[in-house]
Amino acid sequence: MEHQMKISCQTTALSELRVFLKKTLGQLHMSDIDQHQITLAVEEVCANLIIHSHKCNALDYIQLKIKQNTGKLIFEITDEGKAFNMLDYEVPDLDKVKGEKRKGGLGIILVKKIMDEIEFESSKGTNTCRLIKWFQS
Amino acid sequence: MLKIENQEENGHNILLLKGEVDASNSVILDEAITQLVTNGSKSILVDGAGLEYISSAGLGVFMSYLEDFQEKEIDMKIYSLSDRVFEVFKILGLDQLIRIYPDKKTALLA
Repeated sequence: MEHQMKISCQTTALSELRVFLKKTLGQLHMSDIDQHQITLAVEEVCANLIIHSHKCNALDYIQLKIKQNTGKLIFEITDEGKAFNMLDYEVPDLDKVKGEKRKGGLGIILVKKIMDEIEFESSKGTNTCRLIKWFQS
Repeated sequence: MLKIENQEENGHNILLLKGEVDASNSVILDEAITQLVTNGSKSILVDGAGLEYISSAGLGVFMSYLEDFQEKEIDMKIYSLSDRVFEVFKILGLDQLIRIYPDKKTALLA
């Protein structure tokens, strides 16, 4: 199985992304809660790229590929914006987020808690973030 | 798509959330809460029965007000979240910071 979607770098594209993920993940036998959480994690990564790396420039695109290998689902997100490696990002603790009244920082915590493996590589201007979820098919 | 309906009931301000909160529309939720805080509300109830989805952008809005709520002695409670949306609050541990109840009746009695 392989599915892909090209996402325009504007936040209004996020609802289209959710429709695509619902359709794609709906073909797999997974619980409603798992499907919901995976959708959320993929959206969080895409939203970060759209807002921070591409500054909501609708002419930029990011590419999402979904592959199913034995026992795992792989979400490969590629873009050509400013590289952001979430593995290097120190997750803030909740009290700090609350104290600073900041609205950001929660998305990466969600991605790290929901996904089983995260990989990142950047080469010749192309960044690839792989989110991997172990999956019993 | 997100719609927020604002109701007043026995001194409580109720925000009924309908639809999905993401980075494209979390500002609507932010403005709705700001308005209640500015108007001096002392009790904000968030009805999540119609909330189908919330991403970190929306969760961050709630987080960003927690200190204000404490300082201004505003009571904020959320109720009637679906299981899958409640799970997301739990993943982040927000169920420890925000008072969340199964339904309106329980929220009002708490």
